[in-house]
Amino acid sequence: MNFLLQQLLLEPRRSLDLDNDQLNLLLSQARCSRLMGALALELQRIGADELLSPKVDRHFQSARLIHEKQKRDLVYDSDKIKMALDSVGEKLVLLKGAAYLLAGLPVGRGRFISDIDIIVPRHRIDEVEQAFIGFGWETGDIDPYNDRYYRKWGHEIPPLTHRKREITLDVHHNILPPTAGPNVDASLLFDQLIEIRPGIFTLSWQDMVIHSATHLFHEGEFHHGLRDLWDLDRMLRDFPERDPHFWEGLVSRAQELQLTGSLFHGLNYSQQVFNTPLPEGIVEAAASRPQMFRKPLMDFLFLRAFRPDHPQCELPLTNLALNLLYLRSHYLRMPLYLLLPHLARKAWMRRMSKEDGA
Amino acid sequence: MELLKQLAPDTFSQRLRSGELPLRIGPYIYNLQSNLAPVAEGIGTLYGDFEIAEPDEFVDYKVALVCNGVLQRLRGQAEFLFDNSNPFDTIPVDQAYAFLEWGMNWCVSLHTNEFLKLHAATVSRGSFAVIMPGVPGAGKSTLCAALGLSGWRILSDEHAMIPPGSTDVVPVCRPVSLKNESIQVIRSFSSNAILGPLSKETHKGIVAHMKADTHPDSHDARSLPAQAMIFPRYSRDEPQRLSRRRRSDSFVLAAYHSFNYSLLCETGFEAMKTLIESVDCYDLVYHDLDWAVKTMDALPGLQDRQ
Repeated sequence: MNFLLQQLLLEPRRSLDLDNDQLNLLLSQARCSRLMGALALELQRIGADELLSPKVDRHFQSARLIHEKQKRDLVYDSDKIKMALDSVGEKLVLLKGAAYLLAGLPVGRGRFISDIDIIVPRHRIDEVEQAFIGFGWETGDIDPYNDRYYRKWGHEIPPLTHRKREITLDVHHNILPPTAGPNVDASLLFDQLIEIRPGIFTLSWQDMVIHSATHLFHEGEFHHGLRDLWDLDRMLRDFPERDPHFWEGLVSRAQELQLTGSLFHGLNYSQQVFNTPLPEGIVEAAASRPQMFRKPLMDFLFLRAFRPDHPQCELPLTNLALNLLYLRSHYLRMPLYLLLPHLARKAWMRRMSKEDGA
Repeated sequence: MELLKQLAPDTFSQRLRSGELPLRIGPYIYNLQSNLAPVAEGIGTLYGDFEIAEPDEFVDYKVALVCNGVLQRLRGQAEFLFDNSNPFDTIPVDQAYAFLEWGMNWCVSLHTNEFLKLHAATVSRGSFAVIMPGVPGAGKSTLCAALGLSGWRILSDEHAMIPPGSTDVVPVCRPVSLKNESIQVIRSFSSNAILGPLSKETHKGIVAHMKADTHPDSHDARSLPAQAMIFPRYSRDEPQRLSRRRRSDSFVLAAYHSFNYSLLCETGFEAMKTLIESVDCYDLVYHDLDWAVKTMDALPGLQDRQ
């Protein structure tokens, strides 16, 4: 089940033994998994950047430069976002990639971000949105159905884009939609924030892991699946060193948030794909009995999803597995009485927009 | 060393279909794949003099323009693939060739940062290289094509690539993209223009590409020192003129035309400073191509470096 990118991320020194065909394959896998930056920084960390042929390393160097630029931009943009939030007395709490980068964590090494995710308490969301509009952000063209859908059933408002900066801001009020099975009390997240810069916060280490796993295992598509799993691996290796009590409270925190299901998958697959060192028994502790029962089936599906989206990485039945996972994600996100009308409506809208376009 | 035109027609189409066609293009190797007739025709017409790289060389950009599956076939749609993934929407098969060229530009625009890159046509005469930055529609490609048909060497229609710390331009010679009226203008300018397939109704209108590597030195990989930076602008309503520009203004404008000036940060600033300090900067306003080419031929300093 091994593939080149996974081996090289864990043992970057092996890049020096690859021939050109293998290097081509490695770059393809890294690019389509959006792990080019992470791999480039791993190579640099062990000094392989100086030993690889300059013709090959220039691609990694380019990825490193793009990552550096994103980090610089994020410092600027998060200050501007903070100003908007300050105007309504709300804290800036960064999620996911933006949090990893700005906090300077190992999980942020080489991590590319495509937008900035933040979370605010649900009851402040309208005020916050108005504040952003006043500070130059706008909701793009969105049709009324999608807009209503976001606001009624979503865990975030429609994405905001800055008029001049061309960046996208996702403002969340929860980490799962209210229609999903687990009923997450988002206010719990705000009790344990970590201040990473004056006035800028992230979730606690444990919550970051739980959120990342939740996000990943409720996704319908796995284009970033491997990248998100790499995030989990990096966090699970780093956070226990920052907080000696990290492992003790992890499962009980997930229980409190009703997210043990996702945590179980996160721990299990991070260990299976990236050999993440975990305390003994923790995977079993996070699992419910039905989950342990379903594990062989889920392993079959997810181990196909956590591979680069590349023809040479496909295993038998990869497409079937991806389709089943897509259905699973919708089923997890909302009950059937909401899901079926929604999918029918979306299919109809797609059809109409195609006919309009023709 | 084997050139693409030396392949037997069957071998060419078979290698293009199976994606075993690595071409050396400037400092890069692009591997091309397509199962579409207009793409095969375009590559055959425009890339015949390009060298095929050895099969075991490292490939920089693996690109494909393919029509896959029953649905795409029925709809007459094709897609551009970079490393097997599709960064853009599907497009009608008639636009495939133009899209392949844009896709190939996109590879360099997005994934290459060892150079300071300007959105510019670059041409040379002897060892005298000229960088011509311009927004789309400014007439830089038309002028570049006309110069290529008048004894100048085309170094690039799209990217001026400057190694930071130098005043050199690295050639990356690919076909010149001509849009709408420019296609007829260039046909009337010279009967020697070799044009590839027409792509109609693209988001930029009608597009055709002109073979750019017709100069004896076209495939010389060595870089050339830039002597001038010219900002061309096509305008029917203004008197034609070549006028000096201040270096400070030119710096700002060139940075605006750069793909990666801000990405390179301090390196970008230093690279641009080194470059601008060594070139003479001009505005060129034109509507008559013959006049524009004569004016370029008479650029100060050019005669000494031929």
